[in-house]
Formats: sequence, C-alpha cells, structure tokens
Amino acid sequence: MARGSVSIVVERCKACGFCVEFCPSKVLALSDAFNSKGYHPPHAVNPDKCSGCDLCGMYCPDFAIHGYRPGKADAAEVAEEEKEAQ
Amino acid sequence: MTHADPVGVLTGAHFLDGDHAACEGAICAGARFSAGYPITPSTEVVERFSSRAPKIGATFIQMEDELAASIAILGAVWGGVKAFTVTSGPGFSLMMEHIGYAAMTETPCVFIDVQRGGPSTGLPTLPAQADMMQVKWGSHGDYEIIALCPNSPQECFDLTIKAFNLSEKYRVPVFVMMDEVVGHMTEKVVIPRAEEIEVEPRHFTHKDKSSFQLYAPVGEEQTPEMAKAGDGYKLHVTGLTHDERGYPNMTPAVQERMVKRLVTKIRDNVEKISITEQNEIEGADVVVVSYGITSRVAQRAVELARAKGLKVGTLRLITAWPFPDHIIRAIAPKVKGFVVAELNLGQMVREVERAVAGKCKVTLVGHAGGTVHKPEQILKAIEEVAR
Amino acid sequence: MSTPICIQNAPENPVESFLRTDRMPHIWCPGCGIGTTVNCFTRALIDSKTDLDKLSIVSGIGCTGRVAGYVNLDSFHTTHGRAIPFATGLKLASPEMNVVVYSGDGDLFAIGGNHLIHAARRNVDLKVICVNNLTYAMTGGQTGPATPLDVITSTAPYGTYDPAFNLPYLVEAAGAVYVARWTTFHVRQLAKSMAEMFKKKGFCFIEVVSPCPTLYQRRNKMGDALDTMKFYKDVSKVKHGALTSEVGLSKSGEIIVGKFVDRERPDFETMMKAHLESSLGDKYIPAEVPTCS
Repeated sequence: MARGSVSIVVERCKACGFCVEFCPSKVLALSDAFNSKGYHPPHAVNPDKCSGCDLCGMYCPDFAIHGYRPGKADAAEVAEEEKEAQ
Repeated sequence: MTHADPVGVLTGAHFLDGDHAACEGAICAGARFSAGYPITPSTEVVERFSSRAPKIGATFIQMEDELAASIAILGAVWGGVKAFTVTSGPGFSLMMEHIGYAAMTETPCVFIDVQRGGPSTGLPTLPAQADMMQVKWGSHGDYEIIALCPNSPQECFDLTIKAFNLSEKYRVPVFVMMDEVVGHMTEKVVIPRAEEIEVEPRHFTHKDKSSFQLYAPVGEEQTPEMAKAGDGYKLHVTGLTHDERGYPNMTPAVQERMVKRLVTKIRDNVEKISITEQNEIEGADVVVVSYGITSRVAQRAVELARAKGLKVGTLRLITAWPFPDHIIRAIAPKVKGFVVAELNLGQMVREVERAVAGKCKVTLVGHAGGTVHKPEQILKAIEEVAR
Repeated sequence: MSTPICIQNAPENPVESFLRTDRMPHIWCPGCGIGTTVNCFTRALIDSKTDLDKLSIVSGIGCTGRVAGYVNLDSFHTTHGRAIPFATGLKLASPEMNVVVYSGDGDLFAIGGNHLIHAARRNVDLKVICVNNLTYAMTGGQTGPATPLDVITSTAPYGTYDPAFNLPYLVEAAGAVYVARWTTFHVRQLAKSMAEMFKKKGFCFIEVVSPCPTLYQRRNKMGDALDTMKFYKDVSKVKHGALTSEVGLSKSGEIIVGKFVDRERPDFETMMKAHLESSLGDKYIPAEVPTCS
C-alpha cells in the first residue's frame, strides 16, 4: 500500500518529462494517452512506490501534477517529514 | 471634495518663486511622495520638497535617472499615496514611456515640467513653451492627458493643487506646464487656511473583494474606482491591453473598448475640465490666445491695441489639454481672426487652426525661445489681423 | 493505450491557491523553468508564513515578467527594466508591504541594470528573483547581458563574442545583503532560499538558472528542457559562501550554486528614518502607513 498518491491535471500537461525523471521512486512514466493539445501526460506505473513527497509537483512547470499523502493536506509537510526521515 | 490636511499648509502671504510655490501646492494637495532627478530649471521644486518632506510625514527620494523617478512615483501611488515628479525638457523626454504607462494603467499622478529652450540640451536656464505638443503626444499610442499652464507663482501654487484634484477625479496623469520664467520669478503667493483649500481625495473603492474591478468605469466621468496594494484586493496592474479586471486581454475587441474609454473619459468631459480666462470676447475683432508667461506679455500688447481703439479680446488657456475646441468654435465665426502667441515655433496654434477649421484667420506669433516676446511683436500681429 | 490517473477528492496542489486560475494555462513553453520557480515561490511563501495580503509582486517585461499576471497577489506588471524603481516607490510609500521583484536576466541587468545597482547600493528592502535563462526569450532569443561566450542567439548568429555579467558578483559589489544562485533543478533549495530571503531585510537577490528550450537550448543544439535539467544536475556544485567573483557561468562549464552572501547592513528605510530623526529631532514626522480614508 503506497504512502502517497499523485493527482494529475491532464489538460495542463506539456509532457516535459521533469516529473518522470526526478521522481525519487520512479513512480511515473509518460502514458500513451493524449490530452487535447496532443501531449502525452504522465501516469503512475509504480503507484505502490509513491511516498507523496511532491517533488513532481515542485518540478512541474505547468502545475499539472502534485503528490500528496492521503490524510495529509499539506504536501510540504510530507516533504518535511520525508527529509527528516532521511 | 475634502479639504487640505493642515499638516504642511503654510497659511499666509509668502514671497516665493514658481518652483517653490508649486512644491507648496503639491503639499497642500496632499502629495506625500516625490521621486526626482536634478534638472534645471525644475530642481528647486524637489529641493524644497526634500527639505519639507520629513517634517510633514512625506518621503522624498532622488532616483538615479528620470526613468526611475517617473515610475517610482507610480509605485508610490499604488502603495496608496499621492505622488509627483518634476522635470524639464530632456528629462521629460525620458519620462515618456512611464507617462504612457500611467495613462494606460490609469494611475493618478502629477508631472511638473518647467519648460526650457530645446531641443536636446538646448537652453537649460532660459524659457520656452516648446513641450506643449509633447505633453499630449509624447508617448506612443492613443491616450489623453490634462495639462495646466500657470502664468504666475500664485498660479503655480493653485494649479498644482488643481492638477492633483483632476488626476484623482479622472485617474489620469496630469501635467503642470510651467516655464523657466514663471518657475524662477518671485512674487507674492497667498496660501489660504487648510479648510479653504479644496482637495479631491482618492476615490478608493468600498466594494468587497469579490466584486471590485480595478478597471470597470463608474459614474459620469467613466473612470474606475481606485485601490491600493495591501488591502487584499489582489490587484493586477499591467501596461498590456487589459479588460475590466485588469487582466491582459490582447484582442481587438478589448483594445477598442479599453483605449476608447481612456480617450473618451477626457474628451467627453472637455467642457467640465476646461479652464480658461476670457476677456472682452464679446464684440471683439481679434482674439489673442496665449498661456503661461506669454499671456503676461500678451496682456501688455492687448492693452496697447485697445488704446489704439482696436477691439481685442483675450483667451488664456489655463488648461491647454484637453484643448477647448468648443470655445474656439464658438468664437471663430464672430471674429476676424485669432492671434496665437507662444514661446515656440508653432504648437498650440495648430490646435487653434484645427478648431477654427478655416472660419477665420489664425496668425502665430512664435518665438524660438530663450526669452519672452516683446509686446510690440504681438501688437503688430493684432493690428494685421484687425485690418 | 493506457489512461493516466486523475484522482478526485485529492487535496489541492499548494500552488493552486496562489494562481489566477482563470488565466490558466499560462503562455510558457513546454519545459520552461519559470513555472518551476513559481512552485518554489509558492512553497516559500507558505513556509515563511508570509502575510499574502501584504505581499506585492512587481515584474518587468519578458517571459519571467509574466509571473506577475499569473499569481493571485497584488501584482504589478510594469515597463521593461523598471520593476525595481517601481518597487522602490511602492516599498517607500507602504513600508509594511513585502515587495518581491520577479523578472528576467535581460530586464534586470541590461535595460534595468542601472536601477538594480542603485537599489542594491541603497539597500532598498526588496526581494529580487531573477530567472536567468541566458537570453531575451519573449522576443525570440536575442543576446543578453547574461548570455555566455560562444553562444548562438538570434542577434549573434555566428556566436557571442562579448562576455557576460557574472550576476551574483555584480549584485554583491553593488551592495546586496543576500545573494544566492540555484537552478530549476534545485527545487527544494530554491524554495528554502526564497523563504530565507523573505525574512531578511534589505536588498536580496536570487539568480535561478533556467532552461529556455525553445530558443537558447534549441539554437545551441543543447537538447530539450529535460536534457538541460540533467545537465544542471551533472555540472552544478553546491558551494555555500563561494567567492562571487568565481561563479561566472560559461556555455557548458560548471554551475556554482548556493548561498554566496548573507550579511547585515541597515536597509534604506531604516537609514533614512534614523538619519532624519537624528537631524531633525522631534520636528521629524515619519510618513504614515497609507489608508483608504
């Protein structure tokens, strides 16, 4: 059971690939689907590995994705915990 | 309308030059911020303000150039205070972009231009009235401004207050077009009691945050209400073509709506805004049009002409912009002609010619600048038109 | 054909409440780093518990200048190069405001260069975020004062031959009290730097090196934005307290990042008030906080 999840705003994505590359747990990959602008948005291929750290959200230049821990409203809080845990 | 804040009002009779009087006018009008840059013959206005400011709760900063000064005052206005800057020809040219920005963003503010001989560095210490077209057309694009022309240190005081009041009423940059003579001549200036000085307060909105729109026109003047940073309105101010929310909306439809309103809010209110001094127009054969220091020389010429039995009226432009077409159009069919005396090689005369539309003669008594006209030059033109 | 997951009822992206959502999507290109810096800015505002009603953002013209139009704060999109003097006037008139200047390398260092050095000299309490994509992006990728040597731009089709400013060095020399540089790869450190900056009084400056994949990287065959981010990861070296004279950028050399300068000196307003008080005594009346009455 994953500690975190991602939420994707498909229509905003421009498939830059930052979230896929910089997710520390390699949760994401660009999907084969298209949004209406013709981009391939990401999807979670390893959803179980997601910690909800929200690095994807920090990187995304289009505000199209963010990570969160269900039950924790504040992703920044999650990231802080993540950092302290390391 | 409210009255001047007594703090800073130096009630009494003073012996001041125009530059100093203009500074006092700004203070009485409620100006509490100025950013300036030294340039002859305007520097004394801000020198005096730099001395007065810390004693009246105002702030002065000398910026690194006129580009900075002209936008620092706009920042201060959006911070919630009345602000002004002061300059002369070369600095005025540098300020043009921000004059356009002030007009576009409808930022109420005052620019004082103490005109000197030009073009370029020209005659730093000598008068001209050659920035009159520049004040109206100097920045790019379509916009309207208001410009006032004092002809005495007393008027430098009075009209600077008027300038601030008009800027708040119409959310528009307003200009006090002085010249080096009026700026450096010393005369009696009476500063009334604070409760006798009418001041237009900023039209801050009282609408709640969800319904207020920074560029939605209200009232007869078709002018939006004002706001300031820090009150939670989440304002957006941009020089890009914008809609009523202030959001950039770069389409022809919005351009038409927005630019037309910037222009019509002044043009449609010309009759309300215009201030002129008219004398013996009724029955006149010739009307002498003048403004600023030239009006005092013209006055002498007119006296001489009347002494010779000529029927001469005078029209002094106290507001040069928006130009009072309606006044010229009413007079033109009834006179032989206008004599326009100005300290340039033909600027406001073009406006007179335009409004006259060929219905009578228009003669320019121009001057390249550097000193004032001789009354005889103007008298000669009056006599020729009267023939 | 797989479909991406879109989870309903997820907590909102923290950046969302900071955006003028009625103006999304923004105009920045795929892979442009400006949006990334906005995420860091958002996090920094949250972490530093800044009063958002008292925060104003002032920007100039250019791609980075568009930030002002997308964030839900009192925002001022001013003229090219003149965000800093506008911000100076705003700050002096309403000193209780926290004023952030968010603009690009060309806007701040070429046309705006004079204003930048004077504001730093005066130590006006402004927080300057300079997104340095090494070019004038909005107008099509011309040479700017931060464009390194031997780089192809639209106005240097054979490559640049005039050296670039070293931005942190210049700003430190002019008098800034906080100088840092990060890249858009260093999202957590950038957010932390920004939060630190919001709490510091005086002229503070953060340079954020960012990709411009459409123009800068493309013309120089440097790959796309992702390649550039990986490049930043590979060649960046964190050196807190590095000598700013030694952190100049080159076309493909190392990028020194970190907090270079964090010093104390009284800000302009403090100096002005202290001096006027000592000169005028009780004749000194400091300016009041403006109200709407």
